[in-house]
Amino acid sequence: MTLDLIKGNIAIAQAAFDAGCNSYFAYPITPQSEIGEYLGAIMPKANRVYVCAESEIASINMCIGSAATGGTPMTSSSSCAISLMQEGLSYACAQELPIVVASVMRAGPGLGNIYPSQADYNQAVKGGGNGDYNIIVLAPGNVQECIDYTHRAFYLAKKYRNPVFILSDGLIGQMMEPAEFTKYPYEDIDNSDWILSGAKGREPRIIRSLSETGEMHHERVKKLFQKYKTIEENEVLYKEYFTDDADIIVVSFGSLSRNVKGAVKKCREQGIKVGAFRPVTLYPFPSKKLYELSKTAKKFIVAEMNMGQMINDVKVAVKGADVDFIGRSAGDWLDIDEIVDCVKESAGGIYANI
Amino acid sequence: MQIYKIPESLRKDTNFTFCAGCGHGVAIRSLCECIDELNLREKALAMVGVGCSAFLYHFLNIDSLECPHGRATAEAAGAKRVNPDKFVFTYQGDGDFAAIGLTESFYAGIRGENITTICINNNNYGMTGGQMGPTTLIGQVTTTTPYGRSAELNGYPLKIAEHIAMLEGTAFSARVSLDSVPNIIKAKEAIKKACEVQVKKLGFGFVEILSSCPTNWRMTPYEANEHIREKVVKEFPLGIFKNILEK
Repeated sequence: MTLDLIKGNIAIAQAAFDAGCNSYFAYPITPQSEIGEYLGAIMPKANRVYVCAESEIASINMCIGSAATGGTPMTSSSSCAISLMQEGLSYACAQELPIVVASVMRAGPGLGNIYPSQADYNQAVKGGGNGDYNIIVLAPGNVQECIDYTHRAFYLAKKYRNPVFILSDGLIGQMMEPAEFTKYPYEDIDNSDWILSGAKGREPRIIRSLSETGEMHHERVKKLFQKYKTIEENEVLYKEYFTDDADIIVVSFGSLSRNVKGAVKKCREQGIKVGAFRPVTLYPFPSKKLYELSKTAKKFIVAEMNMGQMINDVKVAVKGADVDFIGRSAGDWLDIDEIVDCVKESAGGIYANI
Repeated sequence: MQIYKIPESLRKDTNFTFCAGCGHGVAIRSLCECIDELNLREKALAMVGVGCSAFLYHFLNIDSLECPHGRATAEAAGAKRVNPDKFVFTYQGDGDFAAIGLTESFYAGIRGENITTICINNNNYGMTGGQMGPTTLIGQVTTTTPYGRSAELNGYPLKIAEHIAMLEGTAFSARVSLDSVPNIIKAKEAIKKACEVQVKKLGFGFVEILSSCPTNWRMTPYEANEHIREKVVKEFPLGIFKNILEK
């Protein structure tokens, strides 16, 4: 195993290339522009498609055109510009198209600022497009995971014919750390039975989302939700840290989970039985596992670099268990001591001597 | 003797569902004849807009993708870039192409996307019941301009084909009309050229088709064609504005 010093954004770009991404369409925005710059150098040389789109509206629709006709597309963007893609994402879900979107979060609402944030949890997981749909969301917490989960994003997109988000943030995107460009580990998935390839020797295919009747629409959406059920049963990923005997479990995702781990260590040294739980797939959300943990843990604390978004999914999962929150408006970091202090405060009701 | 037959590129088991006198049926048939004559059907990919043009995929014997409103040229660009040997075309209304999709449409010409676009100009949003659109004539009564389109309030009609012709990457741009048999023949010739420039990999091929909308214009089909001849072509003159095949 050879480790190189790799930047998070570059990790996503090279991993996408290695996963067979044959078309990349995007518009620049900080803090993810390195993805486009890197692919701008390697895609044309490999005879793959790279288009500097005129807007994020265009880039997501170029992805749709590519995916519907057998391509393996990716786009990448951030926050206020991911907002522009919501129409296209709704269509891509309805038309069941495999598209990978790397979303490198900055602060919002509005133009916000360019610092790291997790304020687009709802944007990715709940979506801003119209209608009943779900997007698979993978949240890497370090540079190696940017590589591994980018590979996985392409695999899941093709396996389920569904858009997949890699939900990173400006911190992981701009940070360098040792990681390895491993080989794409998944099998190829045949798409020849549904893509638009020209009606030669067969009936023409139509990829559409419009339903002429209510019944037709109901059937269409029902079929989508059968697929989502399969995804929920099979694709949940999470990581645990000292949860076995934990009285308090801190739930966080992505980059912040690194500091949560540090805080757990510190608390354990002080005799507080704390553990950390980290959803890796934000959709499908590891609700079942959290509910299981709620039977032994006395309290949950949700830590986020936002004003409280994932906390709503945690509350639903733990069905009435105690849930506290620590977070602050996007664009600022929660350091280890802040999290430790929060844990101590929450622990006040559990341990008499703290 | 020439025997009339349904083009191979049209499905044989469906009938057009357009209003009486609407130009869409003639436009689609002409397009399908061109695709047949250039032997492109089996590698054709249709990118279909939203509006009355959205009905297209019911009639085509061609693989089709339903695109969000205004985004057909972006989807066509994505499809063509990964499938350079396929024949990729969009079929859109003027509202789709030149209002909500103007940015994507212009960039097809700016980047010289090697695709073909047919844009139906019927001076209003037909599908939603005849509201003012980018090509509505000054003074024209629509459901959203009950006193007639006023330049002061609503600006001016957009001359689409002339603007597309100005873009470096455009290979062919023309405006044609379906108001009479001679003009229908000319329209088909223009559509064929817009297809040919793609086959020859020369850039963006574009045809704007003046098409009547008797239902929303509150006219008979005959009156609607008269109206095109008397009023519409004065605002939107017919002609080929760019043709690099004859450069």
